[in-house]
Amino acid sequence: MSRRVPQEQYEKTFSYKFRQWMDGTKDPFLDTVEMKSQEAFQEDGQAAEQRARDRKRIAERAYDLEKNAELRIFRRIYNVLAVLFCVLLVVMLLAAVSWLPAVGEADRPVNNEVSARYIENGLQETGAVNIVTGMILDYRAFDTLGESHVLFIATCTVLILLRLDRKEDQEKFEANDRLHEPKNDIILQTVAKILVPPIFIFGIYVILAGHLGPGGGFSGGAVIGAGLILYLNAFGFAKTEKFFTARTYRRMSFCALACYSLAKSYSFYTGANHIESIIPLGTPGAILSSGLILLLNICVGVVVSGTMYTFYVMFRKGGY
Amino acid sequence: MTVFTCILLGFLIICAVAASLSKNLLNTILIFMSYSLVMSVIWILLESPDLAITEAAVGAGVTTVLFLVTLKKIHAILKKDDRQEENGNE
Repeated sequence: MSRRVPQEQYEKTFSYKFRQWMDGTKDPFLDTVEMKSQEAFQEDGQAAEQRARDRKRIAERAYDLEKNAELRIFRRIYNVLAVLFCVLLVVMLLAAVSWLPAVGEADRPVNNEVSARYIENGLQETGAVNIVTGMILDYRAFDTLGESHVLFIATCTVLILLRLDRKEDQEKFEANDRLHEPKNDIILQTVAKILVPPIFIFGIYVILAGHLGPGGGFSGGAVIGAGLILYLNAFGFAKTEKFFTARTYRRMSFCALACYSLAKSYSFYTGANHIESIIPLGTPGAILSSGLILLLNICVGVVVSGTMYTFYVMFRKGGY
Repeated sequence: MTVFTCILLGFLIICAVAASLSKNLLNTILIFMSYSLVMSVIWILLESPDLAITEAAVGAGVTTVLFLVTLKKIHAILKKDDRQEENGNE
Protein backbone atom coordinates (compact mmCIF):
# COMPACT_ATOMS: atom_id res chain seq x y z
CA MET A 1 0.00 0.00 0.00
CA SER A 2 1.43 3.30 -0.97
CA ARG A 3 1.07 6.44 1.03
CA ARG A 4 1.72 10.06 0.34
CA VAL A 5 5.07 11.37 1.51
CA PRO A 6 5.29 15.03 2.56
CA GLN A 7 7.10 17.30 0.14
CA GLU A 8 10.17 17.93 2.34
CA GLN A 9 10.73 14.24 2.89
CA TYR A 10 10.28 13.53 -0.80
CA GLU A 11 12.86 16.12 -1.72
CA LYS A 12 15.47 14.20 0.24
CA THR A 13 14.95 10.92 -1.57
CA PHE A 14 17.17 9.63 -4.34
CA SER A 15 14.30 9.35 -6.81
CA TYR A 16 13.55 13.09 -6.50
CA LYS A 17 17.17 13.96 -7.22
CA PHE A 18 17.29 11.51 -10.09
CA ARG A 19 14.15 13.04 -11.54
CA GLN A 20 15.60 16.52 -11.20
CA TRP A 21 18.69 15.32 -13.00
CA MET A 22 16.62 13.73 -15.76
CA ASP A 23 14.48 16.85 -16.22
CA GLY A 24 17.56 19.02 -16.33
CA THR A 25 16.26 21.37 -13.61
CA LYS A 26 19.48 20.91 -11.66
CA ASP A 27 22.92 20.83 -13.19
CA PRO A 28 24.66 17.81 -11.64
CA PHE A 29 28.08 19.34 -12.20
CA LEU A 30 27.32 22.70 -10.57
CA ASP A 31 29.01 23.02 -7.16
CA THR A 32 30.13 19.39 -7.23
CA VAL A 33 32.90 19.10 -9.78
CA GLU A 34 36.14 20.92 -9.12
CA MET A 35 36.13 23.83 -11.47
CA LYS A 36 37.56 27.27 -11.31
CA SER A 37 34.65 29.68 -11.08
CA GLN A 38 34.50 31.88 -14.15
CA GLU A 39 33.48 35.52 -14.16
CA ALA A 40 30.99 36.68 -16.73
CA PHE A 41 32.59 38.71 -19.50
CA GLN A 42 31.67 42.37 -19.26
CA GLU A 43 32.75 44.91 -21.78
CA ASP A 44 32.82 48.56 -20.77
CA GLY A 45 31.30 51.15 -23.07
CA GLN A 46 34.56 52.57 -24.32
CA ALA A 47 35.95 49.22 -25.47
CA ALA A 48 32.69 48.37 -27.21
CA GLU A 49 32.76 51.69 -29.04
CA GLN A 50 36.36 51.13 -30.04
CA ARG A 51 35.56 47.66 -31.33
CA ALA A 52 32.63 48.90 -33.41
CA ARG A 53 34.78 51.68 -34.86
CA ASP A 54 37.62 49.27 -35.64
CA ARG A 55 35.31 46.87 -37.36
CA LYS A 56 33.88 49.62 -39.52
CA ARG A 57 37.32 50.84 -40.46
CA ILE A 58 38.52 47.35 -41.32
CA ALA A 59 35.50 46.84 -43.57
CA GLU A 60 36.09 50.19 -45.23
CA ARG A 61 39.81 49.83 -45.75
CA ALA A 62 40.16 46.15 -46.52
CA TYR A 63 37.08 45.56 -48.61
CA ASP A 64 35.91 49.01 -49.66
CA LEU A 65 32.44 47.58 -50.02
CA GLU A 66 30.75 50.76 -51.25
CA LYS A 67 32.87 51.07 -54.36
CA ASN A 68 33.94 47.49 -54.95
CA ALA A 69 30.91 46.07 -56.72
CA GLU A 70 32.77 42.91 -57.62
CA LEU A 71 33.26 41.96 -53.99
CA ARG A 72 29.66 42.77 -53.15
CA ILE A 73 28.41 40.47 -55.88
CA PHE A 74 30.89 37.77 -54.85
CA ARG A 75 29.60 37.89 -51.27
CA ARG A 76 26.02 37.48 -52.38
CA ILE A 77 26.87 34.60 -54.74
CA TYR A 78 28.97 33.00 -52.01
CA ASN A 79 26.04 32.97 -49.59
CA VAL A 80 23.71 31.46 -52.15
CA LEU A 81 26.27 28.84 -53.19
CA ALA A 82 26.98 27.87 -49.58
CA VAL A 83 23.29 27.17 -48.94
CA LEU A 84 22.99 25.30 -52.24
CA PHE A 85 26.05 23.18 -51.45
CA CYS A 86 24.69 22.22 -48.03
CA VAL A 87 21.31 21.27 -49.51
CA LEU A 88 23.04 19.25 -52.24
CA LEU A 89 25.16 17.44 -49.66
CA VAL A 90 22.11 16.58 -47.54
CA VAL A 91 20.22 15.30 -50.59
CA MET A 92 23.20 13.23 -51.73
CA LEU A 93 23.70 11.63 -48.34
CA LEU A 94 19.98 10.88 -47.95
CA ALA A 95 19.94 9.36 -51.45
CA ALA A 96 22.96 7.22 -50.57
CA VAL A 97 21.20 5.98 -47.43
CA SER A 98 18.08 5.12 -49.42
CA TRP A 99 20.18 2.94 -51.73
CA LEU A 100 21.50 0.83 -48.85
CA PRO A 101 20.06 -2.71 -48.73
CA ALA A 102 17.30 -3.27 -46.20
CA VAL A 103 17.94 -5.01 -42.88
CA GLY A 104 17.49 -8.77 -43.05
CA GLU A 105 17.59 -9.07 -46.82
CA ALA A 106 19.07 -12.33 -48.08
CA ASP A 107 21.61 -10.73 -50.45
CA ARG A 108 22.95 -8.21 -47.95
CA PRO A 109 26.72 -7.64 -48.03
CA VAL A 110 26.97 -9.37 -44.64
CA ASN A 111 25.67 -12.59 -46.12
CA ASN A 112 27.57 -12.60 -49.41
CA GLU A 113 30.66 -14.49 -50.45
CA VAL A 114 33.25 -11.77 -49.66
CA SER A 115 34.07 -12.82 -46.09
CA ALA A 116 34.34 -16.48 -47.07
CA ARG A 117 36.69 -15.53 -49.89
CA TYR A 118 38.88 -13.46 -47.54
CA ILE A 119 39.31 -16.48 -45.29
CA GLU A 120 39.80 -19.03 -48.07
CA ASN A 121 42.01 -17.15 -50.53
CA GLY A 122 43.47 -14.46 -48.27
CA LEU A 123 46.79 -16.20 -47.75
CA GLN A 124 47.40 -16.95 -51.44
CA GLU A 125 46.31 -13.56 -52.73
CA THR A 126 47.96 -11.25 -50.19
CA GLY A 127 50.73 -13.45 -48.80
CA ALA A 128 50.04 -12.23 -45.26
CA VAL A 129 49.75 -14.85 -42.52
CA ASN A 130 47.72 -12.40 -40.43
CA ILE A 131 44.46 -12.26 -42.37
CA VAL A 132 43.34 -9.06 -40.60
CA THR A 133 46.38 -7.17 -41.89
CA GLY A 134 45.91 -8.70 -45.33
CA MET A 135 42.35 -7.41 -45.33
CA ILE A 136 42.98 -3.85 -44.13
CA LEU A 137 46.17 -3.25 -46.12
CA ASP A 138 45.42 -5.15 -49.31
CA TYR A 139 41.74 -5.68 -50.04
CA ARG A 140 40.68 -2.53 -48.22
CA ALA A 141 43.84 -0.44 -48.43
CA PHE A 142 41.89 2.54 -49.70
CA ASP A 143 40.11 2.72 -46.31
CA THR A 144 43.42 2.70 -44.48
CA LEU A 145 44.78 5.46 -46.72
CA GLY A 146 41.75 7.53 -45.76
CA GLU A 147 42.38 6.79 -42.09
CA SER A 148 45.98 7.99 -42.32
CA HIS A 149 44.80 11.18 -43.96
CA VAL A 150 42.17 11.66 -41.26
CA LEU A 151 44.96 11.48 -38.66
CA PHE A 152 47.03 13.97 -40.64
CA ILE A 153 44.08 16.37 -40.93
CA ALA A 154 43.41 15.99 -37.19
CA THR A 155 46.98 17.10 -36.48
CA CYS A 156 46.57 20.04 -38.83
CA THR A 157 43.44 21.09 -36.93
CA VAL A 158 45.21 20.79 -33.59
CA LEU A 159 48.05 22.88 -35.01
CA ILE A 160 45.62 25.57 -36.16
CA LEU A 161 43.86 25.69 -32.81
CA LEU A 162 46.74 25.34 -30.35
CA ARG A 163 49.90 26.56 -32.08
CA LEU A 164 51.60 29.62 -30.64
CA ASP A 165 53.65 31.45 -33.21
CA ARG A 166 56.12 33.41 -31.13
CA LYS A 167 58.97 31.57 -29.45
CA GLU A 168 58.74 33.67 -26.23
CA ASP A 169 55.05 32.84 -25.89
CA GLN A 170 55.87 29.16 -26.16
CA GLU A 171 58.52 29.38 -23.46
CA LYS A 172 56.22 31.33 -21.14
CA PHE A 173 53.44 28.84 -21.77
CA GLU A 174 55.70 25.92 -20.95
CA ALA A 175 57.17 27.53 -17.83
CA ASN A 176 53.68 28.25 -16.56
CA ASP A 177 52.70 24.69 -17.37
CA ARG A 178 55.54 23.08 -15.43
CA LEU A 179 55.18 25.35 -12.40
CA HIS A 180 54.15 22.63 -9.96
CA GLU A 181 56.36 19.91 -11.40
CA PRO A 182 59.90 18.89 -10.65
CA LYS A 183 61.96 19.53 -13.76
CA ASN A 184 64.49 16.74 -13.41
CA ASP A 185 62.78 13.97 -11.50
CA ILE A 186 65.39 11.27 -10.83
CA ILE A 187 62.85 8.44 -10.39
CA LEU A 188 61.08 9.27 -13.62
CA GLN A 189 64.38 9.61 -15.48
CA THR A 190 65.71 6.26 -14.26
CA VAL A 191 62.47 4.47 -15.10
CA ALA A 192 62.36 6.14 -18.50
CA LYS A 193 65.96 5.14 -19.20
CA ILE A 194 65.08 1.51 -18.55
CA LEU A 195 61.63 1.46 -20.16
CA VAL A 196 61.92 3.62 -23.27
CA PRO A 197 64.23 1.35 -25.34
CA PRO A 198 62.07 -1.78 -24.85
CA ILE A 199 58.96 0.26 -25.69
CA PHE A 200 60.54 1.48 -28.93
CA ILE A 201 61.76 -2.00 -29.84
CA PHE A 202 58.35 -3.49 -29.10
CA GLY A 203 56.69 -0.84 -31.24
CA ILE A 204 59.07 -1.48 -34.12
CA TYR A 205 58.50 -5.21 -33.76
CA VAL A 206 54.73 -4.76 -33.82
CA ILE A 207 55.02 -2.68 -37.01
CA LEU A 208 57.47 -4.98 -38.81
CA ALA A 209 55.70 -8.20 -37.84
CA GLY A 210 52.27 -6.81 -38.69
CA HIS A 211 51.78 -9.27 -41.55
CA LEU A 212 53.03 -12.26 -39.54
CA GLY A 213 51.28 -11.88 -36.22
CA PRO A 214 49.00 -9.61 -34.28
CA GLY A 215 49.78 -5.95 -34.69
CA GLY A 216 50.24 -3.55 -37.53
CA GLY A 217 51.01 0.03 -38.34
CA PHE A 218 48.44 1.70 -36.14
CA SER A 219 49.11 -0.21 -32.92
CA GLY A 220 52.89 -0.11 -33.34
CA GLY A 221 52.80 3.60 -34.12
CA ALA A 222 50.70 4.27 -31.03
CA VAL A 223 53.18 2.31 -28.87
CA ILE A 224 56.13 4.31 -30.26
CA GLY A 225 54.22 7.57 -29.78
CA ALA A 226 53.53 6.68 -26.14
CA GLY A 227 57.25 5.91 -25.68
CA LEU A 228 58.19 9.29 -27.14
CA ILE A 229 55.79 11.02 -24.75
CA LEU A 230 57.36 9.20 -21.78
CA TYR A 231 60.83 10.23 -22.94
CA LEU A 232 59.71 13.83 -23.34
CA ASN A 233 58.18 13.89 -19.86
CA ALA A 234 61.33 12.54 -18.26
CA PHE A 235 63.97 14.58 -20.06
CA GLY A 236 62.20 17.71 -21.26
CA PHE A 237 61.91 19.42 -24.61
CA ALA A 238 65.60 20.25 -24.95
CA LYS A 239 66.52 16.60 -25.48
CA THR A 240 63.67 15.56 -27.75
CA GLU A 241 64.07 18.59 -29.99
CA LYS A 242 67.51 17.31 -30.93
CA PHE A 243 65.93 14.59 -33.03
CA PHE A 244 62.27 15.46 -33.38
CA THR A 245 61.07 18.89 -34.42
CA ALA A 246 58.11 20.18 -36.37
CA ARG A 247 60.20 20.02 -39.52
CA THR A 248 61.03 16.35 -38.92
CA TYR A 249 57.37 15.63 -38.36
CA ARG A 250 56.31 17.41 -41.54
CA ARG A 251 58.90 15.59 -43.63
CA MET A 252 58.13 12.21 -42.06
CA SER A 253 54.38 12.56 -42.57
CA PHE A 254 54.76 13.81 -46.11
CA CYS A 255 57.14 11.00 -47.09
CA ALA A 256 55.01 8.32 -45.45
CA LEU A 257 51.73 9.50 -46.96
CA ALA A 258 53.27 10.01 -50.40
CA CYS A 259 54.92 6.58 -50.24
CA TYR A 260 51.62 4.97 -49.25
CA SER A 261 49.73 6.75 -52.02
CA LEU A 262 52.31 5.81 -54.66
CA ALA A 263 52.53 2.17 -53.59
CA LYS A 264 48.78 1.82 -53.51
CA SER A 265 48.33 3.68 -56.82
CA TYR A 266 50.68 1.15 -58.40
CA SER A 267 48.76 -1.82 -57.10
CA PHE A 268 45.41 -0.28 -58.04
CA TYR A 269 46.73 0.45 -61.53
CA THR A 270 47.99 -3.08 -62.08
CA GLY A 271 44.89 -4.57 -60.48
CA ALA A 272 42.44 -2.53 -62.55
CA ASN A 273 44.23 -3.26 -65.83
CA HIS A 274 44.84 -6.95 -65.07
CA ILE A 275 48.61 -6.52 -65.29
CA GLU A 276 50.79 -8.89 -63.32
CA SER A 277 52.36 -6.96 -60.43
CA ILE A 278 56.16 -7.11 -60.40
CA ILE A 279 56.30 -7.15 -56.61
CA PRO A 280 56.74 -10.76 -55.48
CA LEU A 281 54.54 -12.09 -52.69
CA GLY A 282 57.34 -14.20 -51.21
CA THR A 283 56.88 -17.22 -48.99
CA PRO A 284 54.20 -16.69 -46.37
CA GLY A 285 55.74 -16.42 -42.91
CA ALA A 286 59.02 -14.79 -43.96
CA ILE A 287 59.67 -11.23 -42.84
CA LEU A 288 60.15 -10.00 -46.43
CA SER A 289 56.91 -11.34 -47.83
CA SER A 290 53.36 -10.38 -48.70
CA GLY A 291 54.25 -7.75 -51.28
CA LEU A 292 53.57 -4.16 -50.31
CA ILE A 293 52.04 -4.80 -46.90
CA LEU A 294 55.29 -4.39 -44.96
CA LEU A 295 55.99 -1.02 -46.62
CA LEU A 296 52.44 0.17 -46.02
CA ASN A 297 52.64 -0.89 -42.36
CA ILE A 298 55.82 1.14 -41.89
CA CYS A 299 54.19 4.19 -43.52
CA VAL A 300 51.12 3.99 -41.28
CA GLY A 301 53.32 3.47 -38.21
CA VAL A 302 55.41 6.57 -38.99
CA VAL A 303 52.33 8.75 -39.46
CA VAL A 304 50.61 7.49 -36.29
CA SER A 305 53.64 7.81 -33.99
CA GLY A 306 54.36 11.35 -35.22
CA THR A 307 50.72 12.30 -34.78
CA MET A 308 50.51 11.03 -31.19
CA TYR A 309 53.65 12.89 -30.19
CA THR A 310 52.58 16.10 -31.96
CA PHE A 311 49.20 16.07 -30.20
CA TYR A 312 50.93 15.89 -26.85
CA VAL A 313 53.44 18.64 -27.67
CA MET A 314 50.71 20.93 -28.96
CA PHE A 315 48.71 20.45 -25.76
CA ARG A 316 51.75 21.10 -23.59
CA LYS A 317 53.64 23.86 -25.29
CA GLY A 318 51.74 25.06 -28.31
CA GLY A 319 54.52 24.51 -30.82
CA TYR A 320 57.93 22.99 -31.27
CA MET B 1 37.84 -18.83 -18.12
CA THR B 2 34.16 -17.87 -18.25
CA VAL B 3 34.23 -16.87 -14.57
CA PHE B 4 37.24 -14.64 -15.24
CA THR B 5 35.47 -13.04 -18.21
CA CYS B 6 32.36 -12.44 -16.13
CA ILE B 7 34.39 -10.77 -13.38
CA LEU B 8 36.10 -8.55 -15.95
CA LEU B 9 32.82 -7.62 -17.62
CA GLY B 10 31.33 -6.76 -14.22
CA PHE B 11 34.33 -4.58 -13.49
CA LEU B 12 33.86 -2.93 -16.88
CA ILE B 13 30.26 -1.99 -16.07
CA ILE B 14 31.23 -0.71 -12.63
CA CYS B 15 33.99 1.41 -14.18
CA ALA B 16 31.65 2.83 -16.81
CA VAL B 17 29.03 3.82 -14.22
CA ALA B 18 31.63 5.15 -11.78
CA ALA B 19 33.30 7.28 -14.47
CA SER B 20 30.06 9.08 -15.19
CA LEU B 21 29.03 9.48 -11.55
CA SER B 22 32.38 10.52 -10.06
CA LYS B 23 32.44 14.15 -8.91
CA ASN B 24 36.19 14.61 -9.21
CA LEU B 25 37.39 15.01 -12.79
CA LEU B 26 40.80 13.52 -11.97
CA ASN B 27 39.15 10.39 -10.57
CA THR B 28 37.00 10.15 -13.68
CA ILE B 29 40.07 10.05 -15.88
CA LEU B 30 41.77 7.41 -13.74
CA ILE B 31 38.62 5.27 -13.78
CA PHE B 32 38.42 5.71 -17.54
CA MET B 33 42.00 4.52 -17.84
CA SER B 34 41.29 1.39 -15.83
CA TYR B 35 38.25 0.83 -18.05
CA SER B 36 40.55 0.83 -21.08
CA LEU B 37 42.98 -1.56 -19.41
CA VAL B 38 40.25 -4.06 -18.56
CA MET B 39 38.87 -3.68 -22.06
CA SER B 40 42.26 -4.58 -23.53
CA VAL B 41 42.37 -7.76 -21.42
CA ILE B 42 38.87 -8.59 -22.67
CA TRP B 43 40.03 -8.08 -26.27
CA ILE B 44 42.72 -10.70 -25.66
CA LEU B 45 40.12 -13.09 -24.23
CA LEU B 46 38.01 -12.45 -27.35
CA GLU B 47 41.06 -13.51 -29.38
CA SER B 48 41.87 -10.20 -31.05
CA PRO B 49 45.33 -9.23 -29.81
CA ASP B 50 45.64 -6.52 -32.50
CA LEU B 51 42.90 -4.54 -30.85
CA ALA B 52 44.29 -5.26 -27.39
CA ILE B 53 47.63 -3.64 -28.25
CA THR B 54 45.91 -0.61 -29.77
CA GLU B 55 43.49 -0.25 -26.86
CA ALA B 56 46.30 -0.43 -24.30
CA ALA B 57 48.46 2.12 -26.15
CA VAL B 58 45.78 4.57 -27.24
CA GLY B 59 42.99 4.14 -24.69
CA ALA B 60 45.02 3.64 -21.54
CA GLY B 61 48.13 5.56 -22.59
CA VAL B 62 47.84 8.48 -24.96
CA THR B 63 44.20 9.49 -24.34
CA THR B 64 44.71 9.54 -20.57
CA VAL B 65 47.82 11.67 -20.86
CA LEU B 66 46.03 14.12 -23.18
CA PHE B 67 43.09 14.33 -20.76
CA LEU B 68 45.43 15.01 -17.85
CA VAL B 69 47.23 17.77 -19.74
CA THR B 70 43.89 19.34 -20.64
CA LEU B 71 42.75 19.24 -17.00
CA LYS B 72 45.93 20.98 -15.99
CA LYS B 73 45.49 23.61 -18.68
CA ILE B 74 41.99 24.50 -17.50
CA HIS B 75 43.24 24.48 -13.87
CA ALA B 76 40.86 21.72 -12.84
CA ILE B 77 43.50 19.89 -10.79
CA LEU B 78 43.80 21.94 -7.61
CA LYS B 79 46.50 21.57 -5.02
CA LYS B 80 45.44 20.89 -1.44
CA ASP B 81 46.02 24.42 -0.09
CA ASP B 82 44.32 25.95 -3.16
CA ARG B 83 41.26 23.92 -2.37
CA GLN B 84 41.26 24.98 1.25
CA GLU B 85 41.57 28.61 0.23
CA GLU B 86 38.67 28.30 -2.11
CA ASN B 87 36.53 26.73 0.62
CA GLY B 88 37.54 29.48 3.01
CA ASN B 89 36.48 32.18 0.57
CA GLU B 90 33.00 30.79 0.16
